[in-house]
Amino acid sequence: MIRDITLGQYYPEYSRIHKLDPRLKIIVTLVYIVSLFLIEDFAGYAIALVSMGAVIALSKVPLRFMLRGLKPIILIIVFTFTLNMLMTKGTILWEWGFFRITKEGLYNAIFMAARLIFLIVGSSVLTLTTKPIKLTDGIESLLKPFRRFGLPAHELAMMMTIALRFIPTLLEETDKIMKAQQARGADFETGGLLRRAKALVPLLVPLFVGAFRIAQDLAMAMEARCYRGGEGRTKLNMLKFRRRDALAIGFTALYLSGIVAERILL
Amino acid sequence: MKFTENGDIIQIEDLVFEYGRAEAEDGYDPHRGAAGGAIFPNAVDHVTLCVARGSFTAVIGRNGSGKSTLAKNLNALLLPTGGRVIVDGFDTLDEAALWDIRQRVGMVFQNPDNQLVSAVVEDDVAFGPENLGVAPDEIRTRIRDSLAAVDMYEHRKMAPHLLSGGQKQRVAIAGVIAMHPEIIIFDEPTAMLDPEGRAEVMGIIGRLRKEKITVVLITHFMEETLDSDRVVIMDRGRVAMDGTPAEIFSRTEEIEALGLKLPFAVELCARLRERGLDVPGDLLTEDELSAYLLTLYRKDGFPA
Repeated sequence: MIRDITLGQYYPEYSRIHKLDPRLKIIVTLVYIVSLFLIEDFAGYAIALVSMGAVIALSKVPLRFMLRGLKPIILIIVFTFTLNMLMTKGTILWEWGFFRITKEGLYNAIFMAARLIFLIVGSSVLTLTTKPIKLTDGIESLLKPFRRFGLPAHELAMMMTIALRFIPTLLEETDKIMKAQQARGADFETGGLLRRAKALVPLLVPLFVGAFRIAQDLAMAMEARCYRGGEGRTKLNMLKFRRRDALAIGFTALYLSGIVAERILL
Repeated sequence: MKFTENGDIIQIEDLVFEYGRAEAEDGYDPHRGAAGGAIFPNAVDHVTLCVARGSFTAVIGRNGSGKSTLAKNLNALLLPTGGRVIVDGFDTLDEAALWDIRQRVGMVFQNPDNQLVSAVVEDDVAFGPENLGVAPDEIRTRIRDSLAAVDMYEHRKMAPHLLSGGQKQRVAIAGVIAMHPEIIIFDEPTAMLDPEGRAEVMGIIGRLRKEKITVVLITHFMEETLDSDRVVIMDRGRVAMDGTPAEIFSRTEEIEALGLKLPFAVELCARLRERGLDVPGDLLTEDELSAYLLTLYRKDGFPA
């Protein structure tokens, strides 16, 4: 069961969105997030909704995968919605004891919840259509200019690459240790919270020791393969800026001006 | 600085390697002596050895015999405490030559999991050439050729954790081949594999030999040394025996005295000889032995 875990939430597909340069996708996602905070009314959201719908349709990723990202934060959405609804003063629509729902409150609540949903689904488009490795390449490339301020861009990307590679390995290791401990009578499933937390100690210690051993082996293997940091290193997958990327920039600019125009004019 | 060559690609001159406290705590060598866990004062103790270009040398010995330490001295992962190691004309003590040496001397390690860097097979094979600054188009060619050489090309987009041990080890070999080395050192590459994976890896080693790549195989499986040009037996940091497989395995008592197990066919021959059967001394593999036994069967005309 551990063997077929998927990392991140990449959805394999050959779509125009998948093929875009990862750097561009990261930037467009950031632009989109900023644009959401420029929106002041529902007409603006209509533009955002239509644009996002178009991108999702182009990406060929089923909508339910897009919405799955909302699951972990559904509580936060409900919480903000309720607070906004109950705490805003204004024209009262409904009252019971000290609970009162105002017209402005309802408007605010829907507005904020919509913004959260747009945020999450928008960034899901990035992670669903970009392989973790490509994402890492993109981040490395985008952070490169900050190297002169001492930001270790290459090292960060290398750490992410190695983490992606070794998460399944460490999970397998955990599974092995757990089985070994269970075979000798360890109990990870019963008892109160404290008891269960205590039961994890004999699991974590060997896991940490194992992780350090792996790190040592890997460091030696990397050295043997001439690894000496990012200096003078080439990359197999050079990020190339293509025509479709230029097209994507055009559409993003169009979208952004639409949002700004809507805010100023309406 | 290059030294004049005498034709041998590896020249080890009076090599001494001592684990200092720091290295021992670093855990650089997994073989901390046999049973007691004691570290031998000299992990490699005055070894002089030359390896011919294009040859296949097997180094064998018990745990703690210094064979792995010797291997790590060949690509400057460890540096000599005394003596020197010259690889393809480069002295490992010459810091400026470090990357030339590591490009020339590829190394495949024991644990197939802990030497793959990337979450995609082809990216992992690209890791070495990327470090060398090879142009992307050339890296593509190298990935294709080296993965094809180990029969893993169709798996190039896979994640390493979904491969079998033998397949992972083949990817590791491809990663080394892609750096176009002169020498490949295998540090117990089959120790953690099942018999099938072991056969896969040994098959690839046989092919490398045809490609004129110098192979040094560190192992503790006697059977794996039978196809080599030369067997070096290490004991307590020293070279205890050195010769062709046929020479070495004719000295059965000496091998057993070193605490090593004879290859199956060799042991069977020795036992047959004890029982008075006149078995020739050059039968090393099970195939050779069974072929010989069949000729006996025909001569004597045993009942059908």
